[in-house]
Amino acid sequence: MRIEAAVRDDEPIILFDNVFKSFGDFQVLKGISLSIAAGERVVICGPSGSGKSTLIRCINGLESYDAGHIRVAGLALGTDDASRRAVRGKAGMVFQQFNLFPHLTVLENLMLGPMRARGMNRAAAEEIARRYLDRVRIPEQADKYPRQLSGGQQQRVAIARSLCMEPGIMLFDEPTSALDPEMINEVLEVMAELAGTGMTMLCVTHEMGFARRVADRIMFMDHGEIVETAPPERFFSAPESQRCRDFLQKILNH
Amino acid sequence: MRKAFILAALALVLTGCSGNWGWYVVNPTTPSGYNNVRFLLSGLQYTILLSATAISISIVVGLLVALPGLSSNRGLRWASRTYVELVRAVPILVLVLWVYYGLPQITGLTIGVFWAGVFALALSDSAFQAEIFRAGIQSIARGQYEAAYSISLNYRDTMRYVILPQAIRRILPAIGNQIVYMLKMSSLVSVIGMQELTRKANELVVTEYRPLEIYTFLVLEYLVLILIVSAGVRWLERRMRTDER
Repeated sequence: MRIEAAVRDDEPIILFDNVFKSFGDFQVLKGISLSIAAGERVVICGPSGSGKSTLIRCINGLESYDAGHIRVAGLALGTDDASRRAVRGKAGMVFQQFNLFPHLTVLENLMLGPMRARGMNRAAAEEIARRYLDRVRIPEQADKYPRQLSGGQQQRVAIARSLCMEPGIMLFDEPTSALDPEMINEVLEVMAELAGTGMTMLCVTHEMGFARRVADRIMFMDHGEIVETAPPERFFSAPESQRCRDFLQKILNH
Repeated sequence: MRKAFILAALALVLTGCSGNWGWYVVNPTTPSGYNNVRFLLSGLQYTILLSATAISISIVVGLLVALPGLSSNRGLRWASRTYVELVRAVPILVLVLWVYYGLPQITGLTIGVFWAGVFALALSDSAFQAEIFRAGIQSIARGQYEAAYSISLNYRDTMRYVILPQAIRRILPAIGNQIVYMLKMSSLVSVIGMQELTRKANELVVTEYRPLEIYTFLVLEYLVLILIVSAGVRWLERRMRTDER
């Protein structure tokens, strides 16, 4: 995997320093500090409303933040469009609702970023689109429209669309939460495969099996704070905080 | 009630057929009727040209007014809102008169009837187009912007390749409505002497004294034009319907 030249090996690829964010009176992020090394795979979990989606959306500038500092891939992320666009080129995002462009075919969905943001010509963009469509194992769907695909296939197209930007970081915001149960695995499979390539991955998910198998670290968030960070085996066997134990109890024993 | 209405209508038609109608004025098989029909139809090109030019301009201006109306900048939103509210409040006929007779007194430039008509129609319609575009753009889910931004597209490309193509599919019926409306409103430009369909009919009535037949002919001219436009809009809708669920 290519790693940005501007990043020194010892500099974290994602760095949050005391980041605060509020929606009106509601404080979503209360002084988040974190550091993620290149190639690390981190799963973020926590109860709904804990701020985990907001945190991951801050990384590529989809949410602004009120105070603190964020650095991504060696770039300072401000609230201006220029720094946001620069960071977005380094960090791809996969959404819960896929958010494919319904008026474009699968191939066109994939080619849009390379052509309009990376300045590639049509032939180069198509080559890269087909390569990543292969990678998510649905090359035969290239000329279909999103609505003609199953949820699992749509999410895999969405992953391929992000990969076409060749980012060093992939962000996943509950990528399997909108899927029917029988389609969750095909998406997790693709993500696990991606994790094996050295891609830096941040994933908000409740799929604890996936977290156990793939994550280097699991972060537990509650009420806008990172309560606990631990490698999977320790996280599941010996969680330190009561809040984390309560949460695991709820999601593992159903 | 309904029966009585139908009977009355039927009676009217029958008495009409029994000799009060004088279709000879527009009977193309007679030399004078043929000339009259040719005279009436000679307004067609101006009606079409006037409406088509006005609608093209108003769609572009409408979009340019709608976009700042959706901005996060309050000043831009306010400017867009003011334009829509002011322009929308002026009756088209009043605007036609004001542009043709009033405006030259400020600018000192005389303006031809055609461009005065185009200007008045386009200005008036642009406020409605702006509202249509605003509604269409607002109907596109937030996630579409986020996905576009996430693949590093800038605002312009996001609008051009992601948001507007979807919004335009949704507002096509409303724009079709507006085109039909403009075609009809172009008849108002006859008051400043534009030689379009309505003006031609008025002039013929003055010489032939046959308002019933000539205006009926005029009604049919507009009907045919508008049916063609409607069919065109439907065709466009069908062609663009790739993403419907």
